[in-house]
Amino acid sequence: MSKVASLLSRLGDVAGLIATPLVPSEYVALVWPLAASRARKARVEAVHDEAPGVRTLTLRPGRGWRAHRAGQHVQVGLAIDGRVTTRTYSISSAPERSDGCITITVKAQPGGRLSRVLVEQITVGTFLTVGLPSGDFVLTQTSRPLFITAGSGITPIASMIRSAAARGQVPEITHVHYARTPADEIFGEELRTLQVDHPAYKFIVVHTAHGRRRFDELVPDWRVRETWACGPQGLLEDVERVFAAAGRSDALHVERFRPKLAPLPANTEGGRVRFATSGVEVRADGRTALLQVSEAAGLALRHGCRMGICHSCDTILTSGCVRDLRTGASIDEPGTRIQICVCAAAGDVELQENT
Amino acid sequence: MIQSIDIEAFGRELDTIQKDVKASLGDRDRQYIKRAITVQRSLAMGGRALIFASLPLMPAFPLFLGVIGAGTAALGVSKILENMEIGHNVIHGQWDWMQDPEIHSSTWEWDNVCPADQWKHSHNVVHHTWTNVLGRDRDVGYEILRVSEKQAWKPVHLAQPVYNAMLAMMFQWGVAMHDVDPREPHLMAGKLAGIGKKAGKQLMKDYVLWPLLAGPMFLPVVLANLVANGMRNLWTYAIIFCGHFPDGARVFTEDEVANETRGGWYLRQILGSCNITGGPLFHVMSGNLSHQIEHHLFPDMPSNRYPAVAPRVEAVCAKYGVPYNKGSFARQLGTTLRTIFRLALPSRRRAVAA
Repeated sequence: MSKVASLLSRLGDVAGLIATPLVPSEYVALVWPLAASRARKARVEAVHDEAPGVRTLTLRPGRGWRAHRAGQHVQVGLAIDGRVTTRTYSISSAPERSDGCITITVKAQPGGRLSRVLVEQITVGTFLTVGLPSGDFVLTQTSRPLFITAGSGITPIASMIRSAAARGQVPEITHVHYARTPADEIFGEELRTLQVDHPAYKFIVVHTAHGRRRFDELVPDWRVRETWACGPQGLLEDVERVFAAAGRSDALHVERFRPKLAPLPANTEGGRVRFATSGVEVRADGRTALLQVSEAAGLALRHGCRMGICHSCDTILTSGCVRDLRTGASIDEPGTRIQICVCAAAGDVELQENT
Repeated sequence: MIQSIDIEAFGRELDTIQKDVKASLGDRDRQYIKRAITVQRSLAMGGRALIFASLPLMPAFPLFLGVIGAGTAALGVSKILENMEIGHNVIHGQWDWMQDPEIHSSTWEWDNVCPADQWKHSHNVVHHTWTNVLGRDRDVGYEILRVSEKQAWKPVHLAQPVYNAMLAMMFQWGVAMHDVDPREPHLMAGKLAGIGKKAGKQLMKDYVLWPLLAGPMFLPVVLANLVANGMRNLWTYAIIFCGHFPDGARVFTEDEVANETRGGWYLRQILGSCNITGGPLFHVMSGNLSHQIEHHLFPDMPSNRYPAVAPRVEAVCAKYGVPYNKGSFARQLGTTLRTIFRLALPSRRRAVAA
């Protein structure tokens, strides 16, 4: 059987040469863009405003997509002013969803290049480029999970809860969600309804504009629960500190939308940054990631996640010194491949960028 | 070279032109290349469909000829667009600024027997860096033709009118062999293997798979594909030979380009390149290599910008008294062919370069 299968697949490869140097799907994609198999596409099927500045996009991924695991994220790209801009978003829908679609829920960031277009301008029928789901922020087999989320950090957790509900196997979840005001809540109504249908799920919303409450009071048993947290930098730092103090760091899973940055020395200085391939030279401070420096200088360098995960932006350091903003460590070994999305200049730097 | 001009000021003016264009690239440029690709792929599909549609019309022979002719022409035109305005220019990195993984020099492969990675070396690196420098630029007569008095005459050149014609008809094979350099014997086997693999796929497509779909009528399909590839060969040959060989184009010795500055490099690109005048359709069909001068000054500038940039470059040249070689297709091709015939014979005066 496998011999037949491998023969058929060989025949398929040979038949595919009919479109060489392209693949047949690229001709099909002329009329049906989702057929594209070299660069994966997704069509915007619906848009839904969740809260001020927050919008959920329903996407239909095309060929070559694989189902995500609840909690994973995906890279999304769109051409803005002719340049494809890529960012990473958590998938907010459950993998069990039966119509072949996924949702991402995007908060417009001040000055955000892609997020603002996705929230304010995107129309149904637009095609986005999408990567494949990735990330290990996923639920383990635990009977009593604790979820701590704030703002749009609720998106990967929403996928987990929806997935559990869809399977009819909701564990004893306690979910603490921070939103500024009731109007800023994302998925609030849906999760309250879900709480009624699935009593094992306990949804606690804290409106931070109206004052906070002690975490010990909200979740007295947090020390015995395996915990998943996602939200802004400040929240995650607090959570990490509290869990570390209690010796519970092992039970904490954290998903960040931005890299965790190390404190920089007060005397941090940048320098002149030279991008050797394009011959562009600019001044940079010691705090701004070199990828942002390059973009401000008009370059369009290859990149992906912008948070030090995917290595799409790896660039050769030919001379000088950079600082990894996540660890504060200096890198000055010529020839090192550095992640320019999380490295800043520490003195004069020359990079050999791949365009 | 032209000694009297302020060559660095000249270079700065050209830098400004390039900077202006770079700063203004945007969605309209992206729409241009996307549309070019859509048009080209549709033409290819349409052409092949017409070729197949003609087969049942064989009994009505004139009608058959008309339809298969139209299909073949459409396929040929699509191959020309694919190789010139799209392939050559994408592989140059002209569209890399879009950061679009589908239209990027690092992954693009084009519809001819030359592997893109070898082309990037022989053309983008060697030819564009060493333009018209004898002994360095293998595009000067492609190592087989004598196109400049500065090249020493050898008896084999007597036959060059003949093998020039053969090169024109089989041009894609010449392009493919271009990076195979006998002076680098250790690299030859690998490069030939790359060409073999690529050529195998190309031949499989045009001369096996598509004809097989026609069953017993495979022969007209083979012929149509052969003619379409031949059209592309002749046209690309003609355009490319007009780039550096017409009367007035300069060649240089290594000594002349030693210690060359950026301004000097610009000047050499202009003195060694020739433009062809024509309408918008002609420019697109030539892959905008009709703006060879602008292409050599700014090899990674999107080709759709060359027409607007050309008058600015010409004005800068006029200001500094730098010759700007442009002429009709007939003039540029005519003088090129005349040179190839003339230089088949030894020159009466001794070569200047020696």
